[in-house]
Amino acid sequence: MIGITSYGAYVPWYRIDRKVIYEAMGWLNPVALLPGEKAVASYDEDSLTMAVNAAMDSLKGIDRNTIDGVYFASVSLPYKVRQNAAIVATALDLRPDIRTADFTSSTKAGTTALVAACDAIKAGSAKKILVCASDCRPTRAGSSQQQAYGDAAAAILVGKDDVIAELQEAHSLSYDFADRWMADFDRFDRISEDRWVRDEAYTKFISEVILGLAKKCSLNPKDVSKLALPGLYAREDAGIGKRLGLEPGQIQDHLLDTVGNCGAAHPLVLLAAALEDSNPRDNIVVTSWGSGSDALLFRATEKVGDLTGKRKGVQGALASKNMLTNYAKYASFRNVGSVDLGMRAETGVPWDQKPLSWRNRKALLGLVGSRCRKCGTPQYPPQRVCVNPSCKAIDEMEEYRFSDKKGQLFTYTEDYLGFTLNPPALYGMIDFDGGGRFNFELTDCQPGSLKVGMPVQMSFRRKFVDEKRGTYFYFWKAIPARE
Amino acid sequence: MGSIKDKVAIVGMGCTKFGERWNAGPEDLMVEAFTECIDDAGIQPKDIQAAWVGTQFTEVNQGVSGLPLAQALKLPFIPVTHVENMCASGSEALRGACYGVASGVYDVALAVGVEKLKDVGYGGLPEMSLGAAGKYESLLSPNMTAPGMFAMMATRYFARYGLSPEEGKLMLAKVSSKSHHNGTLSEKAHLRREAPVEVIMKAPIVAWPLGLYDCCGVSDGAAAAIVVRADMAKNFRPDPIYIKALQIADSSGEEMMYTDYDYTHVETTTRAAAKAYEEAGIKNPREEISMAEVHDCFSITEAVTMEDLQFSPRGRVKEDIDAGRFNLDGEQPIQTDGGLKCFGHPIGASGLRMMYEEYKQLQGKCGPRQVKNPKFGLTHNLGGFPPRCVISAFIVGL
Repeated sequence: MIGITSYGAYVPWYRIDRKVIYEAMGWLNPVALLPGEKAVASYDEDSLTMAVNAAMDSLKGIDRNTIDGVYFASVSLPYKVRQNAAIVATALDLRPDIRTADFTSSTKAGTTALVAACDAIKAGSAKKILVCASDCRPTRAGSSQQQAYGDAAAAILVGKDDVIAELQEAHSLSYDFADRWMADFDRFDRISEDRWVRDEAYTKFISEVILGLAKKCSLNPKDVSKLALPGLYAREDAGIGKRLGLEPGQIQDHLLDTVGNCGAAHPLVLLAAALEDSNPRDNIVVTSWGSGSDALLFRATEKVGDLTGKRKGVQGALASKNMLTNYAKYASFRNVGSVDLGMRAETGVPWDQKPLSWRNRKALLGLVGSRCRKCGTPQYPPQRVCVNPSCKAIDEMEEYRFSDKKGQLFTYTEDYLGFTLNPPALYGMIDFDGGGRFNFELTDCQPGSLKVGMPVQMSFRRKFVDEKRGTYFYFWKAIPARE
Repeated sequence: MGSIKDKVAIVGMGCTKFGERWNAGPEDLMVEAFTECIDDAGIQPKDIQAAWVGTQFTEVNQGVSGLPLAQALKLPFIPVTHVENMCASGSEALRGACYGVASGVYDVALAVGVEKLKDVGYGGLPEMSLGAAGKYESLLSPNMTAPGMFAMMATRYFARYGLSPEEGKLMLAKVSSKSHHNGTLSEKAHLRREAPVEVIMKAPIVAWPLGLYDCCGVSDGAAAAIVVRADMAKNFRPDPIYIKALQIADSSGEEMMYTDYDYTHVETTTRAAAKAYEEAGIKNPREEISMAEVHDCFSITEAVTMEDLQFSPRGRVKEDIDAGRFNLDGEQPIQTDGGLKCFGHPIGASGLRMMYEEYKQLQGKCGPRQVKNPKFGLTHNLGGFPPRCVISAFIVGL
């Protein structure tokens, strides 16, 4: 039997009522005002310290020498280089011959680490792996992130013996959906328009991942005892449950008005809270959000009550608190950034408009064009109306990938006027073998080396960097055929 | 399909001095062209019943809508429409005025083209990667410039017709040198110096194989026209100029994405020209068109345009260039005022600036650059790039 053998949680002692922030800063969009309070890490805490404290809670009564690995998930890791999980393992005084890894860059990293840990146990390469998830995300003054984000951590111990909740099934989705992003040079994350995120991705992906999970293990929604949703939009979570046919009592409390959205830790904090309050044979579904979603189904065993009272857990952590009544204190604790002015304060139109890039992701990142079913003409970018003048069929297209096609340089120029980091800008018209034509930048070749008709192939490159908006844009360029 | 031939006439025109007009804004340029225009037509602003204004880069100019023109000229609460069709924007303004009058709704209409390019703080055109491609295609297109996209036509033309780079560049140098000579005779032109072929050949490359002198200038300017019903034209002046054809054609997309297009001609020009000749009743353009102002944004554009307009046989424009056919004293003078090459190309103004030259030539008012007994003049704009463009081909005559 593979599953959860222990759990722990950590919520910092300090809380702040969102009204205190609102009175000090105002929100750019007060319509979105969330009720309640959120947890605030003290001046001497960060995601790593909270992870260690949650782990300590989970390891009570457990021999540290039996732990074979630590997976640490967070999008607010203190170190980019120097493994954070290794610091956690050392702080926990674990053996050195163990496997440690950081999981990051998406708030689904917590559940992804949990899935990976279960897989390692299943594969027999470890007996016990400790999964820690913790986030303490820096925010700008008055930003909607400052309103929403709270600080907290959870730890889930995965193993084969003394399982309190058995893993039944896991299902994952990967979508490059930029609801929030943070470039390597950024200190704060950036968010896209809520309406787009909510309607185009959040409700769709969460429903898709739950239905995918349910299908895999023939789970009937009415048999779900507790569904933990990612809590990005509290109101949507109720709607998602309703559409799946769940009663409000089957949805795990989202903790948004007591802890706040705690990033990669959020699904694991909710999972710990659910385990604290479970009966044998309860079906617990936990879902996550970020660049897609993971969903896991656990079934509580007869042993689920064994840890009751032996863990501080979420309930215990929430019971102990101290309210910050002063925004300046909060700001100094959390090293709050300058005032958030929102996207409307940025001058100029961004190159990369996120909804547009999402809608056209196959063409932009995958160099997928279309081929007419009527006349067979490949075309890029994908067209609705066939470009072949003797065809012009409407909506008769199938997908056609150009990235792996070779082609020939039909004509070209060396441009000394257009901006490029490596002048002159080389670009030309490419005719693909098998059909299709478009203009592409040429790279990895020298001025003077281009010839009409020379063979070329495609190569994935960085196309531009928008430092103002923390965005890297990737695309395909042509290079001289090399093999 | 109907025809505009001889239904409307131009009875007044104005054109600013073109150049780096550091001390003039778009409003100043509009007023300057307008003042000359209504004086030439002998009318008052209150006589104008409707107006059209063409500008491309509204965001670095006077702004969107017809309001900036109405306010700069204090037009009396009449309908004013802003039109944009890239480099054909000025021609579109004239086309709007002509159709407005031809519809019978208006007797007197104003067309203005204006563009203020020199406020952006750098050379070349303002950043226009968006162009006609839209936000989506701007992400997947190279950071193309106009010189680069026309240079690719030269690359391909040289390859197809077996010209070495030196032979090809010499052909193009003769095109530019001819226009520079005409520019010296043209008081309103921006660049007014001779450019010998040897100098042109040695100039720095902008986008291979095009060098500095293969590219037209970038300047500020405006031009304007008063359009009236043909049957009233002689009430205004004894020598009105009549519209014979107004044709526009837009690329279908096949040149850019379908492999039939050869990139050594402009398909859109050939289509628009054929329709314009039909509308004007012209059978043999090489013999019947007395002169033309074509869209010489780059030397290669003028060269292939001679073939696309049927002035030269396909692939043989070099023979006509070498023979001096298009020089001021040749059989079919082209760019008699120096063209975009010497006037520069304030986008929205160019179409009407070209028409200004044809109008003055047909009236016999061009002094040292006067063409002998012209009968038909043609103006041609190319907006965009050879594989994706909008073309205007207009014909006027006595």
